[in-house]
Amino acid sequence: MKPLGNTRELERMREKLKSGIDPGRVVVRVCMTGCKAKGADAVAEALKSEISRKKLTRKVTLLETGCHGFCSMSPVAVVDPANVFYTRLTPEDAPEIVNETLVKGKVIDRLLYVNPLTGKRIVKEANVPFYRNQKKVVLRNCGRIDPQRIEDYLAGGGYSALAKALTAMSPEEVVESVAASGLRGRGGAGFPTGVKWRLALKERREKKYLVCNADEGDPGAFMDRAVLEGDPHAVLEGMLIGAYAVGATEGYIYVRAEYPIAIKHLRIALEQMRALGLLGGNILGSGFSFDVHIKEGAGAFVCGEETALMASIEGRRGMPRVRPPFPIQSGLWGYPTCINNVETLANVPAIMTKGHRWYAAMGTEKSKGTKIFALAGMINNTGLVEVPMGITLRRIIFDVGGGIPDGKKFKAALTGGPSGGCIPAKFLDLPIDYESLAQVGAIMGSGGLIIMDETTCMVDIAKYFMTFTQSESCGKCVPCRMGTKRMLEMLTRVSEGKGEMKDLGLLEETAETVKDSSLCGLGQTAPNPVITTLRYFRDEYATHIEKKKCPALKCRSLLTYTIDPQLCRKCHLCAESCPAEAIAGRKKEIHQVIEAKCTKCGTCYTVCPFDAVVLS
Amino acid sequence: MPEITFYLNGKRAAAREGMTILEAAKANGVAIPHLCHAGYLEPTGACRVCVVEVEGARALMPSCTVKVAPDMKVKTGTKRVMRARRLVLDLLLSAHPLDCLTCEGAGRCKFQRYCYETGLKETRFKDVQKYEYPIYRDNAFYVRDYNKCILCGRCVRTCAEVQGDGIIDFAHRGFATMVSTPLNCTMEEAGCVFCGNCVASCPTGALVEKDAIGVAREWELKKVTTTCPYCGCGCQFDLNVKDNAVVKVSSSKKAPVNGIALCVKGRFGHGFINNPERLTEPMIRKNGKSRKASWDEAMELVAERLTEIKGKSGADCVGGLASAKCTNEENYVFQKFMRAVIGTNNVDHCARLCHASTVAGLALAFGSGAMTNSIEDIAEAEVILATGTNTTETHPIVALSVKRAVRNGAKLIVVDPRRIPLCDFAAMHLRQKPGTDVAWLNGFMNVIIEEDLWDREFVEGRCEGFEEAAAAAKKYAPERVEKITGIPAEELRAAARLYAGAERAAILYSMGVTQHTSGTDNVLAVANLAMLTGNIGRRGTGVNPLRGQNNVQGACDMGALPNVFTGYQKVTDDSVRRKFARAWNVKRLPPSPGLTVVEMMNAAAAGSLKAMYIMGENPMISDPDINHVREALKNLEFLVVQDIFPSETAAMADVVLPAVSFAEKDGTFTNTERRVQRVRKAIEPVGECRQDWEITADLAGRMGYRMKYADPAAIMREIASLTPSYGGVDYRRIEKENISWPCPDKKHPGTPILHADGFTRGKGKFHAVEHRDPDETTDAEYPLILTTGRMLYHYHTCTMTRRSKPIDEHVPEAYLEVNVSDAARLGIVNGAFCRVASRRGEIRAKAHVSDVPPAGTVFIPFHFAEAAANELTNAALDPVAKIPEYKVCAVRLAPYAEKAETVKY
Repeated sequence: MKPLGNTRELERMREKLKSGIDPGRVVVRVCMTGCKAKGADAVAEALKSEISRKKLTRKVTLLETGCHGFCSMSPVAVVDPANVFYTRLTPEDAPEIVNETLVKGKVIDRLLYVNPLTGKRIVKEANVPFYRNQKKVVLRNCGRIDPQRIEDYLAGGGYSALAKALTAMSPEEVVESVAASGLRGRGGAGFPTGVKWRLALKERREKKYLVCNADEGDPGAFMDRAVLEGDPHAVLEGMLIGAYAVGATEGYIYVRAEYPIAIKHLRIALEQMRALGLLGGNILGSGFSFDVHIKEGAGAFVCGEETALMASIEGRRGMPRVRPPFPIQSGLWGYPTCINNVETLANVPAIMTKGHRWYAAMGTEKSKGTKIFALAGMINNTGLVEVPMGITLRRIIFDVGGGIPDGKKFKAALTGGPSGGCIPAKFLDLPIDYESLAQVGAIMGSGGLIIMDETTCMVDIAKYFMTFTQSESCGKCVPCRMGTKRMLEMLTRVSEGKGEMKDLGLLEETAETVKDSSLCGLGQTAPNPVITTLRYFRDEYATHIEKKKCPALKCRSLLTYTIDPQLCRKCHLCAESCPAEAIAGRKKEIHQVIEAKCTKCGTCYTVCPFDAVVLS
Repeated sequence: MPEITFYLNGKRAAAREGMTILEAAKANGVAIPHLCHAGYLEPTGACRVCVVEVEGARALMPSCTVKVAPDMKVKTGTKRVMRARRLVLDLLLSAHPLDCLTCEGAGRCKFQRYCYETGLKETRFKDVQKYEYPIYRDNAFYVRDYNKCILCGRCVRTCAEVQGDGIIDFAHRGFATMVSTPLNCTMEEAGCVFCGNCVASCPTGALVEKDAIGVAREWELKKVTTTCPYCGCGCQFDLNVKDNAVVKVSSSKKAPVNGIALCVKGRFGHGFINNPERLTEPMIRKNGKSRKASWDEAMELVAERLTEIKGKSGADCVGGLASAKCTNEENYVFQKFMRAVIGTNNVDHCARLCHASTVAGLALAFGSGAMTNSIEDIAEAEVILATGTNTTETHPIVALSVKRAVRNGAKLIVVDPRRIPLCDFAAMHLRQKPGTDVAWLNGFMNVIIEEDLWDREFVEGRCEGFEEAAAAAKKYAPERVEKITGIPAEELRAAARLYAGAERAAILYSMGVTQHTSGTDNVLAVANLAMLTGNIGRRGTGVNPLRGQNNVQGACDMGALPNVFTGYQKVTDDSVRRKFARAWNVKRLPPSPGLTVVEMMNAAAAGSLKAMYIMGENPMISDPDINHVREALKNLEFLVVQDIFPSETAAMADVVLPAVSFAEKDGTFTNTERRVQRVRKAIEPVGECRQDWEITADLAGRMGYRMKYADPAAIMREIASLTPSYGGVDYRRIEKENISWPCPDKKHPGTPILHADGFTRGKGKFHAVEHRDPDETTDAEYPLILTTGRMLYHYHTCTMTRRSKPIDEHVPEAYLEVNVSDAARLGIVNGAFCRVASRRGEIRAKAHVSDVPPAGTVFIPFHFAEAAANELTNAALDPVAKIPEYKVCAVRLAPYAEKAETVKY
């Protein structure tokens, strides 16, 4: 690759790349990021060797892409141009795919997606409800290009937004365009990106930084990860445009070390950009210079908080500091530092190319564009979805998410991970935007969306997230360090049936004070799960305390296991499996749980072939 | 700063722009409680006790960090605020041990106070986890009990922001968060220098002074603000007294030089005051036997013997050593006694051994031989050139200014043969061969002139003698300098450019420059360099000799020198002599300069000096070539020593007079930056000890000269009346004001920066100086260079530090430093006993093998009697200043096979 001297050379290169693409060519798109967890590596390897064994390498391309989003069907692959969508692949499926689909053009029924609502098989990816109900702006390339090849990104129009900004727009115009688009920070707080950039642009200092916050830490959230893994150049192009707009000359991507694929793809992308002159001095001959460093996080959730993130980049312990001064005024090493989230930046190239009006046409009055959610929990279609702002919770859960498994009832949705709130069923028709979520005590957050069904205990959920925030509290301010600890202890007592009703008052007061007086966003939002579960599910707390019962049968201390003598077939399997020797009875005898010894681990319940173990 | 108005609890209130809400509220009489905030630290907003309601803000705001803005509406005591404050305190209380009954922090603990004020008797959080940390007693100085820690982070920030070392930080997360050293190693392993500033900053009982545990409750302590008796920094602190004993030292941000900061000696080196070994009654030695005596008997004997010897052999057969540890008033009285009562100018003190070359050299160049700028001022320099000063160890509080400057972006150049701790903060470290300072200083000048980096306007407008000095410097091209000094030519060039390129560059130096036979030339070369670049008379610039003793500046100022009266008024000047004779009511005063310290010893050895009166000095350790000193003192007909401990010198005296320590007296010390500060009596004299000035005045009376003062303030009045530079100094003023001399009259504010408009002598004078080899160079028999100096923990001849338990415990014995390559060659392992011998003596000490000293050089701290470096040193003198060459002599080093016992003092 030769450095591109100007935007004309960029366009020439793009044309050349595009002209090399044969639209009729057979392409197998295999997710090689998220699906790796389910064995996509072996599937791809098997496909590759089968393709070469059949001497099809000239006719068929095996495209190793980023995340397709439909994680519950993983590993997935799509065969283009027919757009055939195969799910839950194994290496053993490879010969059949190659022989039948690639060679003969036949669809293999057993690998198709079955709509659980209708029971019908769906051939084309585009017709799968999970995909059909999405609106992909940020994820437009994810699953469609090879993220390790800048050529793929360029051929799809990549870096044309940068070229447009550099040649046709002043920094002020870029800032105003982003401001007019209504884009708001996708890290969770929803601060208008245009306003932030405007403030950053106004700072007159010899040096400014632009930082991409890729320290995605919410349990169950993987939006940023998917974008970084599947389309790193979109983020980097967004960074370049942002840097040009605010006048930054140096950038950092602060990315979790737990994202090795994202880091690898970013490193490759940076190398390719440098080779093409898209990074470094005088980018595309415009006189604009910018370089990017990767800083790997060391596993602290709080480093996603921008001031802690900067402390970590500077080599200090990742602890937040009080704002003001805001990073825009005094950030890395005292210089103005503009910090934007991955998803925010990945939106920018689209806004530049298609215009702010196009962008602002999506979403609600105050929340524009789309939002990616990581669907997790008790939902059929777990995975990554991008939907327009303002869509109702019901549509996300039932239309995109395919509803609740096993016909169970929806109980609550938690947005914003451990900082979020539990939204009960009565708000299912709530439009998802920053303000509406805040009204019901939740937050947009970075996009984690955990669905809970009737088997979920809300005390247990509050306890789970408090365990997380307590252990991730940096320890600097008292309300967060001590408040989360004491709340966790109170929640634990409730879940163990040792609580008292008056504890709830102290729990509520502590939660509200921690929210009101903590130093950073972590502490200010950590009580949200407690506050919302107390608000919407107070009766569950009361049942734990007064009746010493967990209605969802989740709080271990409150459970009892008994063996129904009518159902027990005297097989002894439960007694053999019990780690606490808490089951009395020999073979050919009716078995009995010795409650004093039982640790409530549930092994007997799981192993009994006759469902004779009863949980109550 | 402009005034703004805002609303405080509904009322209009005034504040200065830039104030935090906390400060603005305080200025308006509203105290907001706070735990993590301290005025001397950057605000951090961690404890959240100080939160307030600000209209328009979503959450409560920490008043310690948020700046007040025009028309801001602040409420400090609403229900919401009080609920949060109470809950925060309650959360802290829920994990806090409730042992206020026995806690050392009780009474000064801010957490205790706020719980009391809030009426928080017990926590509402029940059945909770508490801390179960071990109590760390890993050092001699302080105890860490993190069970009591509220994690306000004041210690962490103090270590980073005040001390500049940052050796502790937070570790772990959540409830498990704690203050820790790296990987929880011991404080010493972490590199702690035990300044104890963290202890001073702790608002609870988590960090406490080890020796003070169980000794006194806070409310029993009387606190007396006084000035530190150790080095010349001039730190102020409070002696904490119970039952006429000093229990501990505490510091406060009000201290003008040091604020909350002290060093290990200042904070933990007070044990000597009430040490049982103190001299408590006069002693008389006859026929080799010592016995107690009454004051009357002892004083009569001294008066009689001195009168007799003076009568028999003449006044100039008597010599006196004043003391840089004593007050200005005592030194004044002492030199007055020597001149007016004995009638000789044979009065000198240990300044001769440290900065005589500074006094001589800077007087020649500038007209005034003292630090030109203030300590605080150093932090404003862009470039700092530190040479021959191991600042972090010998002037720890000055070093804080240097470190602060570096944190603010200044570049530090260290020129020192040893890799001293200051090098950790330096942009460049040049390692010259000991005794080659004129060469590299001339080399700097050479580069700066060659490359036209000098300040022509300053040199031409304010100086003279440039041509001669430039001609001399011309001979010192960097390549030649490299041959003499060992400093690579390119490094020299780079350093010279760095120094000359700065808008404000300060030079700091100490005894590495002065204690040479070329000491005066070294000082002149330093002065040349500062003048050449115009770095004089402005903030952040200057030539700053760091004075070693608490009052060595003052003792010089008071005329405890053989050639000058107070304020450097020459004894050879008739009109000056007449003025003093009139004031002192004597017919005549001796007109020719007297003997210096080393000259007195030589004269005593030769028999021409017959009697000596030594006040608070210990030449048997501190002077060069101790064997020679021993012979000299033995040879005297009469020796009287006035001291607080039975020192090595006192052991040889005919009469020993017990004096009080600094804690038992009133007076003034003048610190290295010429600041005159009060010493205040904290306890009644131990035993029968008397004030030094009272003893001297009493002796004068017994010898027929009436010398009566009501108190030290009266002595200062007399000093002011006779000393132009102290003309405006009086006790009432220095209660309230910081005065650095010259301060000619009562209205004059003092002079923190010298030579601002013109030099004291008119024009600054360049001097052409040339490199000369040290008096003694290495040879086959003595192949290594010995250089001596001080270390952080001990002070001077250890009479005080070895009698302060924690310090003695921490560094109990003598040692020498040897470079790894020399050690390997000689078969010396770290910690092994070695013998070091020079032409004059031999000592044995344990080896510290490291890369701190350069190859070919051995370093020995001179403090320790059992291995006194001055058994080895060379008494060769600088021809002008008569300072001995402590910094260079030739030695040989060998492992010492027999297992030697550590000789404890």
